[in-house]
Amino acid sequence: MSKHTLYDKVWERHRVTELPNGQDQLFVGLHLIHEVTSPQAFAMLTERDIEVAYPERNYATTDHIAPTEAAKRERPLPDEEAEEMLSALERNVAENDITFFGLDSGKQGITHVVAPELGLSRPGMTVACGDSHTSTHGAFGSIGVGVGTSQIRDILATGCIAAEKQQVRRIEVEGSLGAGVYAKDIILKIIQDLGVDGGVGHVYEYGGPAIRELDMEGRLAVCNMSIEGGARAGYINPDETTYEYLRGREYAPEGEAFDERREYWDSICSDEDAVYDDVVTVDVDDMDPMVTWGINPGQVVELSEPVPQPDSFVARSDREAAERALEHMDLDPGESMLGYDVDVAFLGTCTNGRVSDFEVAAEILDGRTVDESVRALAVPGSETVRKRCEARGLDETFIKAGFQWRRAGCSMCLAMNDDSLEGGEVCASSSNRNFVGRQGSKEGRTVLMSPAMVAAAAVAGEVTDPRRFVDDAARTVSATDVEVAE
Amino acid sequence: MSNDQRITAVGGTGVPIPGDDIDTDQILPARFMKEVTFDNMAGYLFYDARRDEDGALNDHPLNRFEGASIAVVNQNFGCGSSREHAPQAMMRWGVDGVVGESFAEIFRDNCKSLGIPAVTADHEAVVALQEWLQDNPDGDIEIDVEDGTISYDNRTVEGHIDSAMQEALLGGIWDTTALMYSNRAKVERTVQDLPYVESN
Repeated sequence: MSKHTLYDKVWERHRVTELPNGQDQLFVGLHLIHEVTSPQAFAMLTERDIEVAYPERNYATTDHIAPTEAAKRERPLPDEEAEEMLSALERNVAENDITFFGLDSGKQGITHVVAPELGLSRPGMTVACGDSHTSTHGAFGSIGVGVGTSQIRDILATGCIAAEKQQVRRIEVEGSLGAGVYAKDIILKIIQDLGVDGGVGHVYEYGGPAIRELDMEGRLAVCNMSIEGGARAGYINPDETTYEYLRGREYAPEGEAFDERREYWDSICSDEDAVYDDVVTVDVDDMDPMVTWGINPGQVVELSEPVPQPDSFVARSDREAAERALEHMDLDPGESMLGYDVDVAFLGTCTNGRVSDFEVAAEILDGRTVDESVRALAVPGSETVRKRCEARGLDETFIKAGFQWRRAGCSMCLAMNDDSLEGGEVCASSSNRNFVGRQGSKEGRTVLMSPAMVAAAAVAGEVTDPRRFVDDAARTVSATDVEVAE
Repeated sequence: MSNDQRITAVGGTGVPIPGDDIDTDQILPARFMKEVTFDNMAGYLFYDARRDEDGALNDHPLNRFEGASIAVVNQNFGCGSSREHAPQAMMRWGVDGVVGESFAEIFRDNCKSLGIPAVTADHEAVVALQEWLQDNPDGDIEIDVEDGTISYDNRTVEGHIDSAMQEALLGGIWDTTALMYSNRAKVERTVQDLPYVESN
């Protein structure tokens, strides 16, 4: 059993009591609500004649179904189902006095982008949302968990969830990232090493030099994909980087209150002598950018590695999964992902839809143009991100290069709005899931990568090493290198 | 909570849904979540996998084992998104219990919220059960929640059920809202000790 970790401390502070089924009743300090998983929960509350217990701990926005084309955001929304969902959410938040960041609020966006940038997510909190990527908020040193709709009902009615404490795995990320390699590559490397179900029963504590060096937006990207490794939550101990990020944000405490709160934040950090259930080391020195070749985020290689032979996997299930993946992706073992043709470039999402992601991509796109065979979408993670990017003129760089510059939403990550893959299109995507059908077409193919690689793929019309555009001196690999290596 | 919420055993015919890492996007594709209730979810269960390119129903197990109550699945079933739409769709289609090699955590929690026992057994046992089902679509399977076993064809297989799920089902206390609602005073005490709550 872990001891004196941030997870233990935050859990203890929020633990209300033990329930008769052996689970703990845990208070939720921040509950984020969106239109897809909440209407059924509000209906259950009405059915039971129960009121929302702590309305001020709840914040809502709309993201999954949000149209990203400006003209389609006029009300009523042209998509009737989307309009019904949005109207239901508006009704529910109004009736229950819940703060709502609507389409015209200027703050609307993906829950996991909005809450961090407004200073709602802070260290030492418990955060829940009816969305598996709630692990994102762990970047601040909080426990963020995705929940189902019945648990949303629990939170609305009682302010709490019933939960079992997990084991804590410390992931020590050694080394330092080279030019053109990013936080996204770190988390993909971790999932490659530990597998898509390696984290089941665990929360991940990310630490070590490579994590310390990351800015908050990079840390958010790492924690975001904890769930893709099977870990329901992942977190990073707060430090000066965290506090500097929080200072001055709309909902963050100000002045003396900030310094007082800091004492609490410091106090919940894992102790020097903390005990972990398990410690794993991942070395990212000399790591090349990562790219997926399959249909789950663990089917991923460094650009210098070929698509693996199914036989190379020890576990039977991994071998079978590799066979299915090769067939779906129309790839052969031993091939390089470099040169894999791309039809769509998608930049955005709760993983990589923040200002720094668009900055990195814009540097590559500046003075270059998107290949004529590629449909390219830049979808800011929130309206705040969009406005900040526009204030820096990034939108012009994207538009000039041939990208469509959109409004905020989940967009083509899961295609609940109009943004979708068609047929067998291949998408170079900064999102988090390459599941079959995820981007709206069951024949569609998703290749997960960093925002820099998405921009590079858009320009090249194929998967390419982004470092050739980032830094003249950076090491790059080409398909022939990989084949030689094989 | 009343005794009629207790679930000690579930049973009926079974449906094998083979494959590891079956994610919730396969179980319930996102485009079908654009509804404000779960009422129609059964019709969308494994929507894409159950259909050919021309939209006609194919030979997917769910099309061949209609009326089944027990789904038999493999490793890491229900990974990915937290959508309760997935187990809701299974429940509304008729699934009362799931036997698998392993489950993703949020999926398992969602099953618990709905009173659906999710029991694990080892690979050989699950595959043997799936193979038996292919030959015995009308054969009965029973999941015993009390001892975590799976019985079929005069055989009893050792299984494992997560202890919180087991307690919740056997005690009829899987509706956690009701369970936690009575602790409001205790919640208030926890909240008062949290430095970040009042001054927000």
